[in-house]
Amino acid sequence: MLNSKIPAGPLDNKWTDYKGHCKLVNPANKRHIEIIIVGTGLAGASAAAALGELGYKVKTFCFQDSPRRAHSIAAQGGINAAKNYQNDGDSTFRLFYDTVKGGDYRAREGNVHRLAEVSANIIDQCVAQGVPFAREYGGLLSNRSFGGTQVQRTFYAAGQTGQQLLIGAYQAQERQIALGNVTQYSRHEMLDIVKIDGKARGIIARNLVTGELERHFGHAVLLCTGGYGNVFYLSTNAMGSNVTAAWKAHVKGAFFGNPCYTQIHPTCIPVSGDHQSKLTLMSESLRNDGRIWVPKKQGDSRKASEIPEDERDYYLERRYPAFGNLVPRDVASRAAKERCDAGYGVGTSKQAVYLDYADAIDRYGKIECRKLGINNPDADTIRKQGMAVVKAKYGNLFDMYEKITGENPYEIPMRIYPAVHYTMGGLWVDYELMTTVPGLYCLGEANFSDHGANRLGASALMQGLADGYFVIPYTIGNYLADDIRTKPIPTTDPAFEAAEKEVRERIETLMKIKGKQTVESFHKRLGKIMWDKCGMARNEKGLQEAIVEIQQLRKEFWSDVRIPGDIKEMNPELDKANRVADFIELGELMCKDALNRRESCGGHFREESQTEEGEAMRDDENFQYVAAWEFKAVSNWELHKEELKFEVAKPTQRSYK
Amino acid sequence: MEHYNMNLTLKVWRQKNKDDRGQFETYQVKNISSEMSFLEMFDVLNEELIREGRDPITFDHDCREGICGACSMYIDGRPHGPWEANTTCQLHMRAYKDGDTIVVEPWRAKAFPVIKDLMVDRSAFDRIIQAGGYISVNTGNAVDANAMPIEKDKADLAFANAACIGCGACVASCKNSSAMLFLSAKVSHLALLPQGDPERKDRALNMVAQLDKEGFGGCTNTGACEAVCPKEISISNIARLNSEYLRAGLTVDK
Repeated sequence: MLNSKIPAGPLDNKWTDYKGHCKLVNPANKRHIEIIIVGTGLAGASAAAALGELGYKVKTFCFQDSPRRAHSIAAQGGINAAKNYQNDGDSTFRLFYDTVKGGDYRAREGNVHRLAEVSANIIDQCVAQGVPFAREYGGLLSNRSFGGTQVQRTFYAAGQTGQQLLIGAYQAQERQIALGNVTQYSRHEMLDIVKIDGKARGIIARNLVTGELERHFGHAVLLCTGGYGNVFYLSTNAMGSNVTAAWKAHVKGAFFGNPCYTQIHPTCIPVSGDHQSKLTLMSESLRNDGRIWVPKKQGDSRKASEIPEDERDYYLERRYPAFGNLVPRDVASRAAKERCDAGYGVGTSKQAVYLDYADAIDRYGKIECRKLGINNPDADTIRKQGMAVVKAKYGNLFDMYEKITGENPYEIPMRIYPAVHYTMGGLWVDYELMTTVPGLYCLGEANFSDHGANRLGASALMQGLADGYFVIPYTIGNYLADDIRTKPIPTTDPAFEAAEKEVRERIETLMKIKGKQTVESFHKRLGKIMWDKCGMARNEKGLQEAIVEIQQLRKEFWSDVRIPGDIKEMNPELDKANRVADFIELGELMCKDALNRRESCGGHFREESQTEEGEAMRDDENFQYVAAWEFKAVSNWELHKEELKFEVAKPTQRSYK
Repeated sequence: MEHYNMNLTLKVWRQKNKDDRGQFETYQVKNISSEMSFLEMFDVLNEELIREGRDPITFDHDCREGICGACSMYIDGRPHGPWEANTTCQLHMRAYKDGDTIVVEPWRAKAFPVIKDLMVDRSAFDRIIQAGGYISVNTGNAVDANAMPIEKDKADLAFANAACIGCGACVASCKNSSAMLFLSAKVSHLALLPQGDPERKDRALNMVAQLDKEGFGGCTNTGACEAVCPKEISISNIARLNSEYLRAGLTVDK
């Protein structure tokens, strides 16, 4: 019953063939077609710009005070593209292959190949918009490596690549606003999808400043609302990042794909105490030059500088000599957890490993001295020169580390530990990015489609912009071409009224509870259950317990939550309560999905399924499918399976040794 | 790094909505760890207020890693507090000691009306960008990214200006509530790149016109903006903007 609509024909022809044959909407008709876009990160802003340019009437919504603040802005390291500017053997095929392998053979070949094909266009488009990528002295673009690959295909702008790409997309969106093609609604949260005759035809949004509910019609609705990592309470996501829009769509009929696939990023600043509100990532690009180690002795409490070289265990280099510190994120995270669990962790919490730049400073220092013609430089000169190079490459990241921890990473190795970062799961979409609700699309991190069970570094920015700039402008036309005779439906339609009533009643119910416990305290408890039992390692017993605990938590939430203030005003606690209520329901589904998937793959590690060396062990015979969950009622889902076929990238046991 | 706990007195601006007159209220916070961020200290206070049945303090914040530009507290007379090149969310409590009193206000400028407590409306910045803060290139029109080499120094300088996070600290610090640092950063980012060249005249003229329309004040070169900018955007951009504007005004041919 699930039709992924992958075009027939050879893999490298599918997208070209699709574009050559999909239906088109003529410019005169585009003017009469309205499209709603929820979320204005890379996927949403790029879609808004591209669709506005085509002449559609677009409305965009974001909960932040400006589209420029969407959390794509915080992506640090870079964006992949198969340009092969470095002459190091890259190609569309290799980017495709690395991504499918990196995703542990749980992504669709057709989607991933398309992503690799359009990757080069993204870089061209961004440069044309004025995105200031890093350049070499000759004036051409610079590249660096990221985990899980052996070529240099990552384009970057210092440690602020996401910011620069988002500002580019934001400016393109603002240009369409100025031209009257796009209308922006900031500080608005989508609280429901409106369906008429089975098709998505609009949304109910709440103006967060006034508390008023609004009805908006669209011939089609695009959700570009990002990931759901905040279900863990502590994550690298922004405080406002939430699953609400996607969850409402799920409850209204959109299947949820692979909810248990969570990416735990290996290099984050460790938790410092109970007050912690979020975790901060240190870009994966740091693993290019930094070396990760722990002491060879258990419970070693000496300072890093007092531990001699031969008493250090560079465990990634030891276990994975081929990729070393550049193994994919899932592998690096589990290896850190393994060392800390075994008692080799460092710092006061012992839940951290070192990321050390001493060698890099020395190596770069020597190169600089050679360049400058300094013969027999002393250690201080080498160090000074090396520090200048490291500062130029990673300065903003080092500054951020120092601000948070109060320690100088040029002098003392950084302490890092894995943290929840990205969610590969999301709303199930077909090749056209349409969910199981006709006319409802899902783009970027919010969908499940391109990263399988593990996303490679520098691929999230690529996917968000691919979906928005280069995929949806084609695929949405194929749907809307049949809709050109549909006149805008007045928002007085009973379907809008019913949806608004449902939203209003839920808010009133929440406000009337007037219990004792704060929203934040529920969120923290949910996060702890998820991290302990559905985090980096999962097992049957833990997941079963988690499901019961989450169900209990939900009951408690709906009978004892305390929300201050009123409905008709700016009330961030109410906004948060709405989101946490949805996170609780999602948490249960994630555990259910993780329980069902009795194999290890990518970011999903089932303790029951591992090799003798402790590596993740897939079970292709039984689990080579996308788990797409259909919502039936609270705590009740039906599983649908989309079988994955690999015609080109044949599944093998992933090895980075 | 030695950690310690502290008790503090906070004087915080409370204002129910844009029409309310507003006033300071005083709060005592106890056992604040030096490892907390400034906003985590506010989280602790808010949790306490909610438990006591009082209204928590509303403030803007999102990424909490110094890049989204949402946070915007005016702390002891300085946007984003005492640290150099910093945002409120990255200010940590080790900047304070036991017994300190801290005064926290919203950004204050006519063009940034208060929504509630410490939260203000900065949509004027979006409208300034709409007036020309972009390069007009439709999706799909681009040539190969390496077709046009760009001098590294210029590209680096464009990047330094594109690093603006649109927080509005420059406006909040300025005695004239001028937004010239924000505007000049965008004009400079685009004027320094060859891609931005075809539109540079209209861009300078239209963006400045919008700036005036929004009710921001004029620049009198005091330099407060540069001193508080979390991304260290240089005031020399304002000189560049002035020359762009002058040149456009003298040579524009429509």
